Parts: sequence; C-alpha cells; structure tokens
Amino acid sequence: MIELSVLVGGKAGDGINESGMIISRILNQLGYRLYQYLDYQSLIRGGHNFSIVRASKDKIAAHKDKVNFLLALNQETIDFHEWRLEKDSFVIYNADEVKTDQPGCVGLPLKEIIKETGAPTIARNSILIGGFCKIAGIEWEVLETIIRREVPQDVDLNLKVARQGYDSAEEKMKMKPLRNNPLPVITGNEIIGLGLIKGGLDAYVAYPMTPSSGVLHFLAHKAEDFSLKVVHPENEIAAILMAQGFAYAGERVACGTSGGGFCLMHEGLSLAGMAEMPVVVVVSQRVGPSTGVPTYTAQGDLHFVMNAGQGEFTRLVIAPGDAEQAYFWSATALALSWKYQVPTIILSDKTLSESAYSFDLEAVEEPKEAEPVVWEGGEIYQRYLRTNSGVSPLAFPPNPYAIVKVNSYAHLESGITTEDASEICSNQDKSLRKEEALIKELNDYPSVNVYGDLNSSTALLCWGSNKGVCAELGHKYHLRVVQPVVLNPFPIQKFEKAFFGVKKTICVEGNSTGQLARLMRNFNLQVDEKILKYDGRPFSIEYLDDKLREVTK
Amino acid sequence: MTQLKLDTDAKITWCPGCGNFAILNAIKPVLLELNDEGILPLENVVLVSGIGCHAKIVDYIDINSFYSIHGRTIPVATGIKLANPELTVICFTGDGDAYAEGLDHLIFAAKRNVNITTIIHNNRVYGLTTGQYTPTSPTNFKGKSTPFGLDVRPINPLDIAFTSGATFIARGYSHGIDLLKDIFKKAVLHQGFSFVDVLQVCVSFFNMYQYYNQNTYRLEEHDPEDHDAAYEKIREWDYNSNDCATPHIPLGIFYREDSKTFETNFLNSGLSTEDRDLEIKASLKSYL
Repeated sequence: MIELSVLVGGKAGDGINESGMIISRILNQLGYRLYQYLDYQSLIRGGHNFSIVRASKDKIAAHKDKVNFLLALNQETIDFHEWRLEKDSFVIYNADEVKTDQPGCVGLPLKEIIKETGAPTIARNSILIGGFCKIAGIEWEVLETIIRREVPQDVDLNLKVARQGYDSAEEKMKMKPLRNNPLPVITGNEIIGLGLIKGGLDAYVAYPMTPSSGVLHFLAHKAEDFSLKVVHPENEIAAILMAQGFAYAGERVACGTSGGGFCLMHEGLSLAGMAEMPVVVVVSQRVGPSTGVPTYTAQGDLHFVMNAGQGEFTRLVIAPGDAEQAYFWSATALALSWKYQVPTIILSDKTLSESAYSFDLEAVEEPKEAEPVVWEGGEIYQRYLRTNSGVSPLAFPPNPYAIVKVNSYAHLESGITTEDASEICSNQDKSLRKEEALIKELNDYPSVNVYGDLNSSTALLCWGSNKGVCAELGHKYHLRVVQPVVLNPFPIQKFEKAFFGVKKTICVEGNSTGQLARLMRNFNLQVDEKILKYDGRPFSIEYLDDKLREVTK
Repeated sequence: MTQLKLDTDAKITWCPGCGNFAILNAIKPVLLELNDEGILPLENVVLVSGIGCHAKIVDYIDINSFYSIHGRTIPVATGIKLANPELTVICFTGDGDAYAEGLDHLIFAAKRNVNITTIIHNNRVYGLTTGQYTPTSPTNFKGKSTPFGLDVRPINPLDIAFTSGATFIARGYSHGIDLLKDIFKKAVLHQGFSFVDVLQVCVSFFNMYQYYNQNTYRLEEHDPEDHDAAYEKIREWDYNSNDCATPHIPLGIFYREDSKTFETNFLNSGLSTEDRDLEIKASLKSYL
C-alpha cells in the first residue's frame, strides 16, 4: 500500500494529539511522508478531539476524509466518523465503551488491560496503537522504538500494554517499508519558529492566542538552545511595542498572534510603518469575526492584514503554504524586514500552524543573504537620511558618534518632528521608494509558485495552507495551480508570467467572500469560479475533488 | 559643561510658564553631570516618550530617543532594556499616557521591576487636546468633556505603583528644580523600576501653582526603606483638591528597595550563523 489514513479520536485530555503523533512517527520510520490534521474544540477536558494521520509515498500537505483505520477511545468517535470508513477499513475500539456492528472491527478491553497492568489511563492509546501496528503489518520493533522515544513517562508499562494490544490483533495487511529516509514530522508553528531562528531571530514577544501560541511555546522551550529572549508580556499592544524596542536596539525580533490580538497591534504596526522599524508579526488565522471559533481554521484576514493600521506605509505580507515554504519565508521575512526597515506579516492559519508535516530541510532553498544597510560613520548621523533607495543606514545605541532618534510623527531626516508641507511629502516619498525597491527585490524570490500542469489553460488559484490540497488535485486533473506566497506588495510580474495562457480561473479559499479573488480584481483579473469553505474545517482531498468536478464539468 | 550641548534645532512649542520646562531643565543637567562624572556616558542613554505636550521633550534633547505613541512608552522602553541592558532607558510620559491609555504597562513594569525610569508629567489635564480630565483630575473638574464637573474621584498613581511592586517611588513638582534634579538623578541610578510622578503645572488649562505652593512639603526624616512609612506617606494625599489646614502633599522619595531586575532573566546574546544551522539540524532530529 502506498497510502494510508488513520483517525484516532476521543475526548480532550485523552492524549489524541500525542497518539496521532506516535502513529505519524511510526509511519515515518517506514519511510512514508506524513500530514497530520488535528481537530479539537475550545475546551480543556471532554468534548471530541480527533487527529487524522495521512501517510503517502509522496510529499503531501492535506488530509483525506476517508480513513483506513479508525482508532476509537469512545462511542462518539464511531458515531461521528463512521461515514469515513471504506469497505475494507478497520476499526480498533475501546470494547468497554463502544458498541459497533461494523465489519473489520477489533474490540480491545482497555479498562481491563489498564487495571491488570497498573498502567496509567493515558496508556489506553498505546493499546490501540499496538493493535493498529499488528493489523497494518508493522514490526513490533518499530512501535517499541517510537514508544521509548516519545512517551514521556511509564515507558515500560506503555510497552507492556501496547504489546497486549499488538498480540490481541491479527495481521491483515502489510505497510511496506519504503526506501525513503525518515523526515522530521513537525507542526507549522514549530517550523515558523525554526525559520525565524534561521533568519537570525534574537527575540520573540507574544501574548498567547490560538492558533499562534505554538510558536511562542516552541521558542520559549528552545530559548536556551538558540540563545533567544522570549517574552510573554501583558497584552498584544505591549508585544508589538516591546518588539520595536528590541528592533531599535538592533535585535532581530518577531511577535505572533491571531486576528483578535492583531486588532490590538494595529497602532503598533502603523508606528512600525512611520518609524521604519523592522518587526515581523506572525498572524495565524482562525474563524472570525471576533472570538469566532478559536480552534478552527479560516482565511478571512487577508485584507485585514493588508490594510491594518492608519495611514499609508509599506508592509510585506507573506502567506506560506507548507512546511518548507514556512521555513524559507519566515527566515526571509526577517531578512527583508531588516533590509527595507518595514513591518512584515507572516500570514498563517490554523491548518498550517497546527498540522504536522514531513519537513525536508534539504529541499529548502537556502534563504538569500539580505543584509541591512548599516551606518559606517562619516557625517552627522541621521536616522531617516533620504537616500535614493529610500532605505536609511541604521545605527544602534550606544554609538558615541550617532544619536539615533526614532519618531512616530512625520519627521525630518534627523528624526525630529515636522509639520512642514514639503517635509511631509519627502517623508512619504521615501517610504514609497522603499516599496519600489522591495518589489524589485522580490522578483528574485519564489514569490509565486506554480504546480500541476504548467501548460493547462485552467488554473486553480489558491493561497496559504490550501496549497497542499490544490497542488495534489492539480496534479491529478492536470490543472495549473498558482499560489502567490507574497501577497503584498503583490508580485504582479511573476504572477502574470505564472498565469500566462490561463483561460479559466478557479479560486479556492477558506473564506466566504473570496478575498484573493477580490485582490485579483486590482490587477484586472476576473476569477471565473470560486470554491469557498468557511465552516472552520480545512479542504479535504475528496471535498475539493467533488467541488472541482462540479465547476469543471 | 554647558546645557547648550544637549539642545537640538527644534523650536520649543510649549506655552510660556509650562511645567514641562522644569522637567527639561532638570533632566539635562542630571544627564550631563552623570556623563561628566563618568558614571553614565550620554550615548548609553535612550529617552522614550509618549504622545502629548510632555512628549515633545525628546525633540528638545540631543540624545538617542524613541518618540513613541500614546500610552506606549513603557513597553518600548522595556524592549530596549531587554535587548541591551547596558543602555539606560528613561521614559517621559503623561498622566493620560501612563494612567489611562497605558495603565496596564505601568503595572506590569512595576511588577517586573524592569530597570528603567519612568517620569510622569502629571498635569492632571489633557493639554494637547485642549482641556479634558485625566485619571488624576480632581472631583468636580470641569473640562471640555465634563463641562458640568467630573463626578468621580481621581486615582492615586503612587499607590498603584507601590501596590504593583515599583522599587523606587518619588513625587516631584515643576516648581523647585533642585529637588527635581535630586530625584531624577537618584531615579536614573536606581537599579529597578523607578517611578517619578511630577506635579507638572499646565498654565493654560489647569493652573495649580498656587494650590501646590501652599500644600506641598518636602519629605524629611522619612526613611524610604521603611515599607509601612512609605505607604502612609503615599496615602497622605489622594490627588483630590480638598482643602487642608496644613500642607499635605509630600514631595521627595517615598520608597526604595533593592530587588532582582527583570532584564537579568534575558541575558542570551545570540548565536553565530554556523551555530544556528547546527542547532536547527540538531533540533529537527527530535521530530523523526
């Protein structure tokens, strides 16, 4: 078998995410490429959580609705997910709680095994996973290796119960080991963190907000390894202002949040525009408006981040679509922010942030060197020297030869406030020159990606995490898939090249109005069809497949 | 040593008689003195201001500065200090800035004991927006947004700073520059969060000179290390303009304490590019 999907489900607190991760790591050991979707509610205990692990011989970045294995800790998991089963799917369930008449079912007495062995309740997952490995024809040694590595405590007890699960089931198929080396299976948020580190991150400042908190947690955990300063301040307003304090003093900094927190950052973003402070903001989208649906995905904030903050100023908006892009562009976001002294937004969403991907570092292009322009002495230092490129050389205190004055008001080259008409214009013109230079520079970057059939006259237009599902179906149906990664300033030249010869455009987005389609109208490009999804759930392969058939028949 | 040394080309636009002049004329000699004494080189100083009449002060001093936005001096200053603890960061902030728009930042800076100085130009009125009440305006204050008188009590910002954990608490007055200089110098040198509320008179919208002249007095024989005595003195005046037979507004240093400072938690200093790449690869191994 070259592809497999496994769903594991139960209550919040049952360890569903961790279970999914163990299954991913097992399949990873066999050389498969992984994508893991996590579905959970905004509660701490109870409710229904599930994780879908999809393994394939090729790189993937989307889940399938249908599953080959259903691992059910409770009845709800069967009730909610029965529709996902194929004729030859297997259900491995908690025989204490679950009743099912599905064929291909294996009930394991979890309570009894736990009681007999004295293992902790959380180890019920290990029993089900044991059963799964046996049925899927996975060697016990693979499971043992992963449990030893991944289970934080009671390893021997977990192994003991997993063995019971393993021995209670029968081999029904053979997940053949592939000749690939295993790759790290890692969430988008963690990859964004690593990408920022690659870009030279010195400090990260964030107030927790789902689904961006994973970046904060990861970097806080790794602060010592990577010599980072990680701060969780009083609110998002403080986060983006503190970040600018870091930038002023010469440290590379990012902050992170979701839509609601980003609302609080607007005045700070606008300050970064006027004061020319290089600051990167990771914005991970969830369903809005307002509190919306905190743990579910959306792409409703494109125009919001593009237009946030009063006044007109240059900003870079980047929406990576998978793990490799997230790594490359997070590093690049910092570099370009510093080179052009502009705020940059890395626009993620719950799907990209919290799904786990097989990450291939070797496949990532080395981020380009984009050194900031640093003052080398000479005449009296002026923080906002109006150069031809619009970029003023940077100096950082303490410097006995430079007085560094930064200002939120319209300012003279020296950084002192002005209300003079011509100075106001010169100040703004400088900002516009920077934007031109940035647009030119972006031509050297993979700011627009094309997948599928490059010659097809039908194009799937997508952005962000939908890249995965679109690229896969574009390949299947020989469609051209165009994914702009940089959304502002829009890389129109690259885009037109990618779009040359397209006669029909189908836009795929996770919102209800077609925000990328609306952006395209600025460039006189009409979208013919829109496939929109705004129920908080990411596109599955089957869902988009069905919708594509509808619009292309 | 000359004060001219720190002047900029910017034209000073405060009203004649504005209390902000006193703060400007007190901080400049203090910084020059510290520089001349070899204690604090001028290039190590960063001034941060908010928005309001007070905030123009950074345009008038030829020293590193970050002219921030309304209410946000303290987070900017905190970021600068965490980035480089060698820098001495001084916030100039208004009462609207520190006590209305940015009160959360004040409380957290005090709680963290981050080693920065915050000087509040507390004129108890919004000047630049032409006369509305602030969190420290007295009851019955008639401003443009409360033409029939303010029906609420002011807050006592010293009390808030004290409760929140500030380790240096002082009050100055824009009349009497020697005391201001003395307080500023000690505040800047204090290791920890220094909070200085300056009764800074706005001659155009809330001229309190006469009241303050009658009712302020200097703290003497007060031990700022004495926690209970400090608390008593902090609460002696509640920022309401109630008449009292004797002066009841203490000026000087109320409280001082030695305590661990926040920035010492953040002494990481970055990795070389090669080390970063190696660490990234090492880190990825745990995800196999």
